[in-house]
Amino acid sequence: MVTTLVAPRLMRRSFLYRAASVTARNLVATRHSGYLLVVISGFLEPVLYLFSIGFGVGALVGDFHLADGRVISYAAFVAPAMLAASAMNGALSETGYNFFARLKWEKLYDAMVATPLRPFEVALGELLWALARGLIYAVAFLSIMIALDLTTVWWALPALVGSALVGLAFGALGMAVATYMRSWQDFDYLSVATFALFLFSGTFTPADAYPEVLRVVVTLTPLYHGVELLRGFTTGALSLAMVGHALYLAALAVVGLTVAGRRMDRLLCQ
Amino acid sequence: MSTDVAPSPWPVFYHRWRLYLNTWRGTVFSSFLLPVMFLLGLGVSVGSYVDDSALGLPYAHFIAPGVLASTVFQVAISEAAWPVLAAFQWVRTYHAMRAAPLRPVDMVGGEILWIWLRAGTSAAGFLIVLALFGIVRSPVAVLAVPAALLLAAASCAPVLAYSASIRRDGWFALLFRFGVIPMTLFAGVFFPVEQLPLAARWLAYVSPLWHGVELSRAATLGLPTAIGWLGHAAYLVLWAGAGYLLAVHRFTRRLTD
Repeated sequence: MVTTLVAPRLMRRSFLYRAASVTARNLVATRHSGYLLVVISGFLEPVLYLFSIGFGVGALVGDFHLADGRVISYAAFVAPAMLAASAMNGALSETGYNFFARLKWEKLYDAMVATPLRPFEVALGELLWALARGLIYAVAFLSIMIALDLTTVWWALPALVGSALVGLAFGALGMAVATYMRSWQDFDYLSVATFALFLFSGTFTPADAYPEVLRVVVTLTPLYHGVELLRGFTTGALSLAMVGHALYLAALAVVGLTVAGRRMDRLLCQ
Repeated sequence: MSTDVAPSPWPVFYHRWRLYLNTWRGTVFSSFLLPVMFLLGLGVSVGSYVDDSALGLPYAHFIAPGVLASTVFQVAISEAAWPVLAAFQWVRTYHAMRAAPLRPVDMVGGEILWIWLRAGTSAAGFLIVLALFGIVRSPVAVLAVPAALLLAAASCAPVLAYSASIRRDGWFALLFRFGVIPMTLFAGVFFPVEQLPLAARWLAYVSPLWHGVELSRAATLGLPTAIGWLGHAAYLVLWAGAGYLLAVHRFTRRLTD
């Protein structure tokens, strides 16, 4: 009686429960062997960049003098940027490409909205999945940073929260953007845009050193705020500006998710 | 009854060209804008923190020919990956071609001809950009283009075989993560391989990219290469030849099911 009548009704009330069922669906999909390997190996890329640019090119750069006078190794400067970039890429590969495939090709969401799931809940469930995937990468990357003495355990904890925020912001943004995509070719523009962010968000050199126009543009883009927030944590240099960076990312997450929910409503229910 | 078209790789090349007319816009970004961004974001920007005496030349000059080679490497591999799997698995173009008087050798040959066009134009375009930056200093810089074609053949041929052997595109993500990206990052593009620990250095030496980087650097900067340009070229020909034979074998297997 309880399981057949009452429990389903209770569950149906909670939008979080319904969103989580979308997340659970993706978790089941990782049993697909190829996909699981892809998901697990995703943490590798930022690690390779850290070794190549942080240590390899870092050997040519030598010690790095920050604007506030502190001297850190170039690897310690680059590492938090790689953490932020991997949160961005992880979130975008899930909510950008995979989301688009499910929306346009697999018609998965057409099936989902025929159940009690609403478009906004589908979007939220996908975002939670991207967040879960991103957090696994962040834990792995931060562990490596600790092992290489690029940060400490205590600073890694707030950095983990920070990278979750970066993942949420880019996940929501990616979903909103994906609903406007017409074909796979449009993703070429997305990869160019993310690559430009990857190179020019104060990642490899401080944004202060950029030419004035570029510096102003960069401070408006989301990855810059992610990099600055995480660098503040991992190098242990807190500042009031970090509150601003966090608010920017939170606002982006809310706006992105709202737009994505509305667009999905238009694409699937009308 | 006679057929107008004798078996040849050109129809396959022409097919790719017609498809490209619909999708070329995005590739302009990926094959021209991306390397330029690398040059600015790493070469010029990080370069301002690098002591020139460490390398004997400005850092931007050091990485420019490397970025040229790695762009060609990535273009060649991308073109031999998704479109080829699509033509086997999703669109089944090759099955249609098989029903026409086209043989697997024509398909592999046609793909390589097409990839040469993409790689050659990418290399030539980037070379012009380098000349505008004042980075090309050697009169033999145009030789970077044939070097790029050699690198493209060496890197795309084995990937053609790989694409003909898989059924899901998730395998490409693994190819990039465990092959293409590590090679791009550690095969002498961004810093000299001599800095690597010995074991990792040998992995760089084995990869076709490092040999392509050496040839490209020799052409644009007029520097001597590690084992002489003939040695690097011969090694790339070896990769291309072995990859070609394997690709023809895999194409034949896949199409006789």
